[in-house]
Amino acid sequence: MQSNAALEYDYSVAKLFTYTTILFGFLGMLIGTLIAAQMAFPELNYMLGEYGTFSRLRPVHTNTVVFGFTLSGVFATFYYVGQRVLKVSMAESKFLMFMGKFHFWLYFVGALLATVSLLLGYSQSKEYAQYEWPIDIVIVLIWVSWGVSLFGLIGIRREKTLYISMWYYIATFLGIAMLYLFNNMSVPTYFATEGLGNIMHSVSMYSGTNDALVQWWYGHNAVAFGFTVPIVAMVYYFLPKESGQAIYSYKLSLLSFWGLMFVYLWAGSHHLLYSTVPDWMQTMGSVFSIVLILPSWGSAINMLLTMKGEWNQLTENPLIKFMVLASTFYMLSTLEGPIQAIKSVNAIAHFTDWIPGHVHDGVLGWVVFMIMAALFHMAPRMFKREIYSKSLIEKQFWLQTTAVVLYFTSMWIAGITQGMMWRAVDEYGNLMYSFIDTVAVLQPYYAIRALSGVLYLTGFLMFAYNMIKTMTASRELTQEPQFRSPMA
Amino acid sequence: MFHWLEKNPFFFSVGVFVVIAFAGLVEILPNFAEASRPVVGLKPYTVLELAGKEVYKKDACIACHSQLIRPFKSETDRYGQVSLSGEYAYDRPFLWGSKRTGPDLHRVGNYRTTDWHENHMWDPKSVVPQSIMPAYKHMFTNIADIETAYAEAVTVKNVFATPYGDEFKGTRAAWEAHKPKVLADAKLITADMKNKDVKDAVEAGNIPEIVALIAYMNRLK
Repeated sequence: MQSNAALEYDYSVAKLFTYTTILFGFLGMLIGTLIAAQMAFPELNYMLGEYGTFSRLRPVHTNTVVFGFTLSGVFATFYYVGQRVLKVSMAESKFLMFMGKFHFWLYFVGALLATVSLLLGYSQSKEYAQYEWPIDIVIVLIWVSWGVSLFGLIGIRREKTLYISMWYYIATFLGIAMLYLFNNMSVPTYFATEGLGNIMHSVSMYSGTNDALVQWWYGHNAVAFGFTVPIVAMVYYFLPKESGQAIYSYKLSLLSFWGLMFVYLWAGSHHLLYSTVPDWMQTMGSVFSIVLILPSWGSAINMLLTMKGEWNQLTENPLIKFMVLASTFYMLSTLEGPIQAIKSVNAIAHFTDWIPGHVHDGVLGWVVFMIMAALFHMAPRMFKREIYSKSLIEKQFWLQTTAVVLYFTSMWIAGITQGMMWRAVDEYGNLMYSFIDTVAVLQPYYAIRALSGVLYLTGFLMFAYNMIKTMTASRELTQEPQFRSPMA
Repeated sequence: MFHWLEKNPFFFSVGVFVVIAFAGLVEILPNFAEASRPVVGLKPYTVLELAGKEVYKKDACIACHSQLIRPFKSETDRYGQVSLSGEYAYDRPFLWGSKRTGPDLHRVGNYRTTDWHENHMWDPKSVVPQSIMPAYKHMFTNIADIETAYAEAVTVKNVFATPYGDEFKGTRAAWEAHKPKVLADAKLITADMKNKDVKDAVEAGNIPEIVALIAYMNRLK
C-alpha cells in the first residue's frame, strides 16, 4: 500500500556529488583557461616544468571536465531525481545507502588517482580514453557500483512507470559501459612477459585503422552518452519542475529517445572522413549525422514547447533562462555537428579550431548551463535554504553567455581561416602558405578565446560562491518549495 | 509496446542495449581482418622506436599533431604521399590525432633530420621563429624506458603475431641480451647530435627520451 505521507528523501549522496561537481568544474575550467592562454601566449607553458606544457595538461583538462565535472553532475542529479521519480527514499534501504556512499568515495579516490596518472604521463593516447589499465579497472568498479545503485533503486520503486529521465539515465549507464569496455581492451605488457618493464603499461587490442574505428565509435558516443543523454535526462526533470509546466509531448519524447539511441552510434565514423577507413563507413557516418538532427531537435523542441504560454517566466526566473538557453545551444550544437560531418565541409573543418569551437558551444552552452541550473534547483530542496542571490545568478548568466559567444565565434573564424589557408594555391598551383603562416595568423583569435575562458571561469566562480553561500548562510526554509526555486 | 517497456526495466534495458549495440557491429566488424593487414615490406618498430613512441604518447604530442595525410593535393604537396591503411598495421594505438595546431607528422622522417629535431625540441623558436610549440627540454634529461618498450615488442609478437625475430622472448635474460642492440641504435642517433650530456648518458648506458623520440620521428616515412 502506498502511504499518503510525503516521503523524506535522503540527499546525502546527492550532496557529496554536488560538492565534487563544483570542485572538478572549477579545476577543469581553470586548466582549460590556462591551456587556452598558452596557445595565445606560449611563455605560459613553463610554469610547472614538464607537468605544465600544453600537451601534458590538455588531457587533464578534458578528463577533468568530462569524468570529473560532468559525471559528478550526472551522479548528483541521479541521486536526487532517481528517488523522486521512483517515489522511494535511499534511507529505506541500508544496502543502497551503503552502495551510494561507496560509489562516491570510490569515484573520488579514483578521480584523484586518474588525474595524477595523467600528469605523470601514463597515457594510452586515445582521446577521452587516456587512462591506463589499472585506472580503467577502478573506473569499471565505479560504474558497476553506480549500476547497483541505479537498478537497486529501480528494484524497490513504488512508481511502477519509469519517468523519461530514468530512460536516459539507464541509457547512459548501458552506453558508457559498452563503449568504455570495448575501447579500452588492452594487454598489460608486464603480465605478458616475465614482469618486464612498467606495470602500468599496456598495448591496445586493436591496431591502426581498426583502432581508429573503435576509438571514434567510443569517442563520439562518449560525447553522446556523457554530454547528451544524461543532460537530456536532467532537462526533462528540472525544466517541468522549475516551471510548473507539464512536458509538451509524450510522443515526441518517445520518438526522440528511441531515435537518439538508434541513430547516435552510427555517426562515430564522421570523425574519420578522408581517412583510411573504407568509404562506405565514412558515408554512413555522414548520413547518420544528418539524420541525428531529428531526435536531437525533437528533445530540444519538446523543451521549448513545454514553456508554451509561460514565456514570462524567462524574464522572472534566471534558472528558466539557463535551461531555455541550454536547450537552444543544444539545437545550435546539434545542427553544427551534422554540418561539419558533411564531407566537403569536413575537408576544411577537420583538424582545425572549428572542432574545439563546436565542442565548446555544446559543452559550455548546453552541458554546463544545464548542470548549474539543476544544482541551483536542487540546492533549496537539499539544504532547505533559499538560493543566496538572484542578482548574482543574473550577472553570471550574462557573463557566461558572452563568454560562450566569444568562444565559438573566435574559433569559427580561426578554424575556417586556417582550413582555407592550408589549401590555398597560387596561380601556378603551388601552396601559398607555409604551415607556420597559418598558425601565426590565429594569434588574435586564440587571445579572444583565452579571454572568453577567463570570463566563463569567473562566471563559474560566481556560481560556486552562490552555491556555498546557499548551503551555509542563506535564509532557512520551513517547507519544501513546490516549483519555482526561492531566491533572495 | 513502449508503455509496457516503461514498466519493465529489464526488458527496457535489453531493448536499449540492442538498439545501441547494433551500429558498432555493422560498422566495425565486417572490415576488421582486412584493415589489420600490413602493406608489403612494413617492418615492426625497433625497441628504440617503440620507446620513442611512448615518449610521443607520454607528452601527448597527439594533442597538436596528426599522423594522417588526407587525399587532397594540398596535403600531399605539403606532407607527401597519402596515408594507407596498411602502413598503420603495427600502430597500437593509432596516433592519427584530431587537431593540427602543428603540422602533420606521418612522413616527417622524409624531410626533417636528427639535427633539426634536436634543435627544435630544445627550443622550437630557434628553427621556426613564430612557433607556439613549447620547448621539451625535460626530454634531454628524462631517461627513456626501453625495458617497457621491449616488453611491448614481446607482447605484440606473442599476442598479435607481429613479426619480431625469435630472439624476442619474455625473459629477463632475453632482454639483457637484446639491450646492447638498443644502445647501438641509440648511438647511431647520438652520432648526429651535439648535446654533450645526451651523448654521455648514452655512453653510460642510459638513453634520454629525446634520442628515442628522434629514432621514432626518423622512422615516420
